[in-house]
Amino acid sequence: EKADPQKTAFLLRKAWTLYSVTPLYGFRRARLRDYARLLGAFIAAEKQKGLAVEVGVELDIKVALSSLADIRGSELDQAALLVQLSSRSRGSSRNSEDKPVWWGWFCSVFGDDLSENVPEHFTCLPLFLSHGAESYTALVGSWFQKTFDCSFRRLAISPLNLSWMVAMWAGCKLDRAASAVELVFSVPRLAQPLDISYAIHPEDAKALWDTVQKTPGEITQEEVDVFMDCLYAHFHRHFKIHLSAAKLVKISTAVASAHCDGIVKILHSQYLPGVLMLLTELAISQIQ
Amino acid sequence: HLATSLPLPSERDHLRPRIDLVVFMIDIKSKYSLKNVETSLAHVDASFFLGKACFLVTGVGRVNACSIEMNAVCKLGETYCSPVLFCELELEGIRASTAQRLVRMLAICAGHIPGVSALSFVSLMRKSGDD
Repeated sequence: EKADPQKTAFLLRKAWTLYSVTPLYGFRRARLRDYARLLGAFIAAEKQKGLAVEVGVELDIKVALSSLADIRGSELDQAALLVQLSSRSRGSSRNSEDKPVWWGWFCSVFGDDLSENVPEHFTCLPLFLSHGAESYTALVGSWFQKTFDCSFRRLAISPLNLSWMVAMWAGCKLDRAASAVELVFSVPRLAQPLDISYAIHPEDAKALWDTVQKTPGEITQEEVDVFMDCLYAHFHRHFKIHLSAAKLVKISTAVASAHCDGIVKILHSQYLPGVLMLLTELAISQIQ
Repeated sequence: HLATSLPLPSERDHLRPRIDLVVFMIDIKSKYSLKNVETSLAHVDASFFLGKACFLVTGVGRVNACSIEMNAVCKLGETYCSPVLFCELELEGIRASTAQRLVRMLAICAGHIPGVSALSFVSLMRKSGDD
């Protein structure tokens, strides 16, 4: 399923904070405009209560909800849902442009594991990605939780999953010159925290992965282990440090980057579905 | 006696008391600890795997910091016919109960509990479908 690059361009190169979301009860795709109005009213009401989002700035927040029909894995997936918050400062004229201040989108890419077991009236969109002020995320999140009886949880990414990501994405074929493959480790139990950044030429990383992977299109845990062990052994040979004893906290490739706190940046539209499929899987395993 | 890896240095062999139980510690946050245990296993006499060895996986409270695949650890337990215990050392209650459990196992391995020997652990490890 190829997403229209124009429509999804805004998804690239932004740092998205990840959440897993339980199924939404009573969500109706036809009522998007109503929901936008209700959410807008909710945000305005919360601001009246004094829960100011932007200190000292008078802003009207406009809410827009839309479907991203192309962002799904199969016909069994729900189309992605985008929530966009824009601001229009009160002083300016009616013709002034709205400035987007926050984005959040719900999606499911091959999320059959969750949706096939879910009763009627529930909509499965287990992965939520947000970009913008945390205060807006909290407002939007609490409105959705109240309205659709769902719950949001930050999605952390374990070092094990990060190593899968770096192995998979370093092996991706890219036409343009790619940026370096980088792994960042945090060393535990030291008086002062120490981060080690290990950068590998993308061609070397891809060449290594190509020797390890046996069946194209299939990846096994053993192959990921061999790939990582080679990187660790190389590093140990030069620096006498066992990276395998440190905590892998961030990986970066030309396809996407990911941080263990559950923050990803997708850099390449061609691999957007693949990345979302992996993240959907992580979200679902956190829910179940 | 604590050691970071095996084999133990041979210089102190004559001073060392008899070893009744070997606990291999694997930190779920460190791939290196698993590799270390795997290499150390080669230096252990086969007789220990008749109930006098076990694996202790620590740090299991932190699922999000997991660097090791759980299947690999369970397979290790199966291959060496030894129990795999899980614990979280950072929680005092679990730390204490794990220690008590290990001491109890040690007492059995040292022959201090009449009627129960280390071989009992081996028969407990066998799955019910095996016979």
